This record gives sequence, C-alpha cells and structure tokens, in this order.
Amino acid sequence: MNPLLEKTWSDPPGVSGFFSAIDHKTIGLRYLVTAFGFFVAAGLLAALMRMQLSRPENTLVGPDLYNQLFTMHGTTMMFLFAVPVMQGMAIYLLPLMLGSRSVAFPRMTAFSYWIYLFGGLMLYVAFFLNIGPDAGWFSYVPLAGPEYSPGKRVDFWAQTITFSELSGLLAAVTVIATVLKLRAPGMTLARMPLFVWAMLVTAFMILFAMPAVMLASTALILDRLVGTHFYNPAEGGDAVLWQHLFWFFGHPEVYFIFIPGLAFMSTIIPTFSRRPMFGYPAMVLALIATAFLAFGLWVHHMFAAHLPELGKSFFTAASMLIAIPTAIQIFCWIATMWKGRLWLATPMLFSLAFFFVLVAGGLTGIMVASVPLDFQLHDTYFVVAHLHYVLIGGAVFPLFGAWYYWWPKFTGRMLSERLGKWQFWLFFIGFEVAFYPMHHLGLQGMPRRVYTYPADLGWDGLNMLSSLGAVVIASSMLLFVANCMLSLRRAAPCPENPWGAGTLEWATASPPRAYNFDAIPIVRARDPLWEASREPPSEPDHVVGLAEKVREALVTTAVEAMPDHRATFPNPSVWPFISAVAVTVLFVGSIFTPWAVVWASLPVAIAVTLWFWPRHKETVEHLAIEKRP
Amino acid sequence: MRLAALLLLVLAAGCEREARQFQVPPAQAKSLKPGYANNERNAYAMSQGKTLFRWFNCNGCHAGGGGGMGPPLMSDAWRYGNTPDDIYKSIMDGRPNGMPSFRGRIAEEQAWQLVAYVRSMSGYARQDAAPGRADALYPGDPENRRDTRN
Amino acid sequence: MLDAAGPQAARVLDLWWLTLAICLLVFFGVLLFCGLALWRAPKTQGPAAPDLASLSMAERGPRAAVAVAVAASTGLLFVLIIASFVADRALANMGPPDLKIELTGHRWWWEARYDASDPSKTFATANELHIPVGRTVLLELKADDVIHSFWVPNLAGKKDLIPGRTATLSLRADRAGTYRGQCAEFCGVQHAKMALLVTAMPQDEYDKWAAAQRESAPEPADKQQARGLELFVNGTCAMCHAIQGTPAHGRRAPDLTHLASRRTLAAGTLPNTRGHLAGWILDPQGIKPGVNMPANPMPPEDLDALLAYLEALK
Repeated sequence: MNPLLEKTWSDPPGVSGFFSAIDHKTIGLRYLVTAFGFFVAAGLLAALMRMQLSRPENTLVGPDLYNQLFTMHGTTMMFLFAVPVMQGMAIYLLPLMLGSRSVAFPRMTAFSYWIYLFGGLMLYVAFFLNIGPDAGWFSYVPLAGPEYSPGKRVDFWAQTITFSELSGLLAAVTVIATVLKLRAPGMTLARMPLFVWAMLVTAFMILFAMPAVMLASTALILDRLVGTHFYNPAEGGDAVLWQHLFWFFGHPEVYFIFIPGLAFMSTIIPTFSRRPMFGYPAMVLALIATAFLAFGLWVHHMFAAHLPELGKSFFTAASMLIAIPTAIQIFCWIATMWKGRLWLATPMLFSLAFFFVLVAGGLTGIMVASVPLDFQLHDTYFVVAHLHYVLIGGAVFPLFGAWYYWWPKFTGRMLSERLGKWQFWLFFIGFEVAFYPMHHLGLQGMPRRVYTYPADLGWDGLNMLSSLGAVVIASSMLLFVANCMLSLRRAAPCPENPWGAGTLEWATASPPRAYNFDAIPIVRARDPLWEASREPPSEPDHVVGLAEKVREALVTTAVEAMPDHRATFPNPSVWPFISAVAVTVLFVGSIFTPWAVVWASLPVAIAVTLWFWPRHKETVEHLAIEKRP
Repeated sequence: MRLAALLLLVLAAGCEREARQFQVPPAQAKSLKPGYANNERNAYAMSQGKTLFRWFNCNGCHAGGGGGMGPPLMSDAWRYGNTPDDIYKSIMDGRPNGMPSFRGRIAEEQAWQLVAYVRSMSGYARQDAAPGRADALYPGDPENRRDTRN
Repeated sequence: MLDAAGPQAARVLDLWWLTLAICLLVFFGVLLFCGLALWRAPKTQGPAAPDLASLSMAERGPRAAVAVAVAASTGLLFVLIIASFVADRALANMGPPDLKIELTGHRWWWEARYDASDPSKTFATANELHIPVGRTVLLELKADDVIHSFWVPNLAGKKDLIPGRTATLSLRADRAGTYRGQCAEFCGVQHAKMALLVTAMPQDEYDKWAAAQRESAPEPADKQQARGLELFVNGTCAMCHAIQGTPAHGRRAPDLTHLASRRTLAAGTLPNTRGHLAGWILDPQGIKPGVNMPANPMPPEDLDALLAYLEALK
C-alpha cells in the first residue's frame, strides 16, 4: 500500500466525488451494476410476455402493451444490457490486465457512462408514461415511420439508439487507445491475454458498425419530425434502406456481445485447466477473422425481403463460413481441457455450458443461414430459439462465469460455490425448458411478435412449457442476487489470487487500490504470473521513476510495447457529468423540436469547453515534473 | 415545487398524446363530444383521422387541404366556423353548395378523429401530437410542421 | 413446415432433413469430445500448480486433432452451402404460371385479385385463397401500408410484401386440402390475427368456384334481406366494403360479395357463423382491438336484416 499513490489516484469522497469520479474501476462497476439492473428489467418484461403467451387467446396483456413489452425487452437487452456490460468488464479489467494505472481517456469514459445511464433512464421513463416504443427493437419502416407510428414512441426509441451508440463509440475509442498505448513494457501484441485481443477486436467492430445505425435512426427521426423522405417510397425513398442500414450494424452488434463472451471463455478455461491456452496464434487469428466476416453477413436478416437471389446466396456462404473461426476456438478450448488438470468450480461450469448451448445455437444458425430454410424459419419462434441460444449460450453463460471469476477481484470476497452451482443448474435447466420448445413451435408455424395465438393449432402445450422455464430462470436470478448480497455481507476476505490465475490483474490487491499496481510490471511472457512462478525474474521486473504526486503513467508503443513517453492523466472532474446532462437535454429536446439541436448546443459547447479548459494548478504541476533532455 | 409541477405537466402531456383508445366504452358512445378535446392532443386519433381523410375520399373535393371543388381546409378562412363542433356539424349534417351529410355513414368516433385531423391541417393541434408526413407524394409541410401563426 | 403439400415446401423439407442430420452429427461430436476431455483429464479441487510444458514443447497430437476437426467441419459446411444453393435454384424454377393472383397486404387483412390482367375474368376476394391442385400459381405481392409477409408453411417459404415494390412467389399445391397461413412480418397491433387460408381443390372444382366468384351478389330474396342491403349501402359499411352488384364499392376493407362462402372472418380470426358475424359487426374492437373497423351498434331487427342479407352472399 502506497499512501501517496493512493492519494494521487483516488477519486474524491462524498457526493461531489460521486459525480466527478473517473477511476476506471468505479466507472466499470457502475456499468456492470447498471447493466445488471437493465438485465433484470428486461427479464421482468420477458416474464410478462411469457405469462401472456402461456395460454392461447390469453387476455392478461393486450396487443398494444405486448408490442411495447417485446420492443422494450429487445431494446433493453441489446442496447442497454449486452453491449454495456461487456464494455464495463473491459473498462474495469483492461488496465489491470495490461499493467496500467488507468484507461486512456478516463473522463471520456465517465461521460460515456453517464450518457448510457441517461439514455436508458429516458427510455424507461418513456415506457412508464405509455410512450414506450412499440415497433420492435429493429423498428422497421414504414411501420415505425410517421404515418403508422403516431406519437413519440418511436422517437424515444430512436434517441435511445443515439444515446447508446454515442456511449458505445466513446467506450470503444477508450478501449482501443488503452490496449494499443497503455500496455506494460514488454507486453507485445503476441503476449497480450486473449481477453484483451477480444476486447480490442470488439472495439474496432463497434467503431465501424455503430455509425450505420446512428445514421439510420437519425434519418428516421428526421422523417418523423421534419418530414424528410428517406424511407418514403412514393418520393424516392426506400423501406428496404432501413433494413440494410440497421442490419449492417445489427449483425456486427451480436458479435459485440458474442466476442467478449469468447474473451471470458479464453480466460476461464486456461485458468481452470491449469495450463496456458492451446493454440494462441490460431485463437487470435480466429477472433480477427470473425470480426471481418461479421461485416459480410447482414443480408441474412433480409432473406425474405425483395432482393436478388444471387446476392443472397453470397450471404448464405458468408454466414456459414463464419462458423469456422468459432469452430477453431471451440476445438482449441477442448484441446486445452484435454491436456489440462480440471478444476470444476462455478466459473468453469458456466463456461462448459457454452459447449452445449452456444454450439446448438450456432448450428441452428447454420440452418437459418441457408436461404431456402430461412424462407420457412424466418420470423418464427425457431429464430427466437436460435438467437437466445447463441446470445445466452455465447455471452450470458460466460458472463456469469466471468462474474463468479472476477467477483473476488471486484469485491475482495468470494461468492458461495454451493449457491453458484445451484444457480448454474437452475439457469441451465430453466433455459433449456424455456427455449428448446421454441424450435418446435417455429417448425409448427408459430410466427414471432404475436401477442396471442389460436387455441386449435396445438401450440398450447409447448408455450406453457416455455413459460414454466421462464419461471425457473427467474428463480436462478434471485439466487444469484442472494449470493451476491450474502457474499458482500458475510463472506471472509479472500486472497489476492484465489484462482491461481496467470494474468496481471491477479497481482493487485482484492479489490485493487486506486492506483492498481504498486509498480508497473515489466512483462516477458503470456500469463506473467505463471511465468514468474516458473522462473524468478532476473532483470529489472518493474518500472521506476514515474512521479507519485501527479497522475503520471507510462505510454508504450503499439506493437512491441517499448516505453514511449510519460503522460500525465487528468484529475477527477464533474464536467463529464455536466456535459452528459447538457447532451441529454439536447437529445431529448430534439425528439420534440428541431430547434433543440440549435439552442441546446450552446450549453453542450460551454460544458465541453470548460471540461477541456486547462487548469492553472494542473499545468504548473505537470510542467514541474517535465524533464528536459 | 414549481419544477415538480412543470415536470408533472410534461409527463401528463405524454400520457394524453400516446393513449390509443381502440374501444369506445359504452357510456361514452352516446355522445363523443367530450372526447374531441382530447383528440387534438392525441396522436393516434389524428393519425386515424388522416387515414380516414384519404379513405373516405375527402381529397376528392378538398385535395390535401388546399381545396378544389370544395374549400381549402388549411387556410384561416372558415365558412362555417373552425371550432370542433362546427367541423363535426359540417361533416355529419353537410353544408350548402355540395358538402354531403355523412351522418350514419361515418361512425361518431371516426368523425371526431376527422375533426381533429382537419383542425391539425391548419396547425391548431399540439405540435408533438400532430401527424407527420404520409408515406405518399409530398403535398406540403406535414401537419406537425404547421403552426396557426404561419 | 414439416408437412409439405407442394414442391416448394418439399424442397425445403428435404434440405431441412439433410441439414438437421449434419448439425446433429456435429453437435453430438462436439459434446462427445468435450465430455471425453472432462472425463479423462485429471481433476483438482484448488489452484494446483500450472503446467507450463506447452510453452517450450509443441503439442503435435492436439494440433493434428484440431486441424482434422477444422477440416472436417469445413467440409461439412461446404456440403451444406452447396445443398443450399441447389435447393435455392430449384425453388426459383417453378416454370410458367397457370394462375396469377395479385395479393395486397393491408393492416390486417389480405386482398386477393385473381387474373387482374384480364378484365373479363378478374374478381376480388379477401383472406381466403382457392387454387387448383397441381397448377403453378404466381402470387404478385404488394403492400398497401407497411411491410407484411405471406407465409403458408405447408406450401412454400415466406415472402415479404413491401410498400413500393412488387415481389413474386410461385407455389403449387400437389395435394387437395386447406392450409393455414399467417402474416410473418410484424405489422402493428393486430399482426397476431392476420391469418389466411389457402384451399387447394381439383381443377374442375376450382373453375366452378371461380365462376361463382365472378358473379355479382344475388338480389335480395325477401323484404328482410332488402332491408339488410339498404342498411349496408346507406350505413357505415359501404364506406369501406364492396359488394359487386350493389352501390357499395368501398376498397378499404375486404370485398364481401361472396362473404358467406368463406370459412372464417376477420382474416382467419373467427369461424364464419351467424353468431360470430353478429359479434364482429357490433364490436370488432372487442375481438381485434386496434383494427380499422368501427363499432356498429344497431337495434336487433336491423342486425337480423343485415345478417340475413350477408348470409345470402354465397
């Protein structure tokens, strides 16, 4: 414990500290807690949907509310839970795994959190005021256009997109800069943990994909608010344009969720097999290949739309071929386990579920990748089953594994293994009971997004079964919350590295100090902690000479991680919060009038200017520690 | 305190705008007159009114509001009054010189939806509830860009 | 989908079985190897010392195994890709059509216009298609408002009806019967109740049916039916509905000229019985809230007259 470093790097306490916090661990935890809150909210919405669908011709929920429920469920899960939770994990863990004291742009990271929070809150406030969007999370035009979606519901949806995409883009920029420039000396790209590779690849994908949906949703708002004709076929616009723009983003989006899941798998499996990952180069190349291929798949969401068959065939081939990099990863994990010593603790159990659930989901994905099969399966419950298998199997199960794995690092305590195993089995069984029958429902002809179904088609039994599965899933979540609360209240403090893992974050205290590392390590291998256990370090093993009274960090080169220069990092500031409030006013105002963009820009400009205005005291401090050559 | 009241007003406005009243409860069915006041703040009602304006071929005489055989509905000049009651009477009872009577042919709640839409054509409706552009050829500014002051 | 009554659906079903077989093979293969790894690897209960041998030694065996697995997976994938292409081409080669139907999707009903290009043969109906068995039918798909999707799983895959575009779908029923379809693209508040029925019948029966559909509505047979017709034409009904042979020519709602010949009402939502028809006319919002048809309260004698007339529209 280094009191001077602690004083330099910690956020101020109290209420003003709450709003001016920029410690990446604080921001990361805020992301995780907020995302989990949205997860529970979306789960409750789904529970209501399943209750309505448990019986045919049910009258629990009318069509208007049901449409809002499934739109909110999809929008929350995709935009307010799945992507932010992965970004939160990255923001918390990357500096720790890379041997750095901070993310690259701490204030921008704080700003991105506030924007995410405000966007999510705006959506839910709208929902409780009956202004919840009701045109689906994908919001196809012309249904979501001005003529067929009166009122402001779809506008609130479109601005939720703006909020969450802005937040996501800024977080992605932070991740890329952190990974490329703030690694500990000696951690070349070839020595980076696979977790870091996956988060880097995801961040690049976000940069390229999110602008498409921002453009699409902005054009939609313009059509609705101002009367443009982007999606008006009568005046030269095109309804299918929306689909292209949305899915060009939408398909990579599921990979923003899936690839971090792979990150968790590639961290947990080696640790619990007590050996390094098998086939590291193949794994890295597989991640990069997945990212590139993911941009060539989007039309598979549009196979039933009016598009040329030859063009669609290209997307069939691409959609099937993307299975190959994932297959490489799966085989490498199996090889790692084959040659390891297995410790079947809770994080490992959650990771093992991937092999059952995601593989099944990926294979149903191969099925719907084929144009003729998709003609029958598109927009049916078969696809609902597929998407939940891949998202839950590929991301949520590994995410729970990751939570159990890193909980000791976040909180300094362990989660109960017994409760964890109970939670795992309840979740797994509940998931299978809830979602497996949906494959059959789709094959029997049940379409998606229906608030009820006729009684004489034989769909009753499977729907009821699926709804019962939802109840079991809900109970597993209750168990998880109980486990967390019990751990925080009663569990004993745990050691620094309870899992005996090899990556750098386990060389910090649990939870880490504000300054992360007592001294920035020098890295000479993958899995530095395991390497250290094998060979005692002979040369200097940590960095000396960085200032302790000022927030100074070492910036290294992008590929070889050679020390490049010393950079000073900003102090905590309330301006990211204030700027986020100003931006929120601008975004929400522009739902109602285009003039908001003009007038509300002024406070935004002022806030951002004051954010970046150099502070005299800081400038003096930074000049004082500069060393002239 | 004032801020809270303001907030409540804004929130309540949202409720009025977004309600979708599909079924007319029997008690109201006798006379929908009280309903009209809400229609001009209800986006669904005006959107339905816009659709019905096209379906019942009001365009045949009134075009997109600019008039033809019949008088324009977008201008400030109103021959028979511009209050919702006046317009409802125009639709249901007809008027001299060619406006037919639609009583018995158009349901009352549909007529009130048309009334709200016709008023929105001149910009009387609240801007956030007025209809946007139709998925059709462009006839001029959509109703939510029109203001009585213009 | 699993009960194919025509070549389009049958082709897809064949591809389905092949794909299912290969996918099950791969699924159980992966589970097998994963399970074997779990079973044979030694277990530990805590953080045992990590085995770093692989850092200095190449793992030939696993490398070969992974390479073989990847090659096998890739091979199977190519089989599936080629099978998909072959099926796709077959679906596109249905040959020239024997019958053309223009199908327009509305919120929340289906408008069908047969032989639209020939004025002497054309007629309109709604929500229920009749087609001859063994003949290729070309559906021209248009949308009046938002995107809908035509899907009759027993006969063919689905195709979206997109405003501003005309899509086509060829299909053929090889077996007589009635097949249920449903709109498969979310189109608003009553998307769930936008079904349709396709009845395939032998060619001669179809010709008789089509000839009957081309006839205008019969004259009212008695005073009650005449009163019913009067109510229809002078009331709210004629503003939206059409009955050929009467002054009612509305095109905003299903054509009712041969309403009594249909099996269902309200796009497959209700059976076509007197009681259901009465309930639908009086209060459609109670059955399909949000639909564009208003409530039509009327005294019982008027309702009886209207029903008497409508029931005669065979």
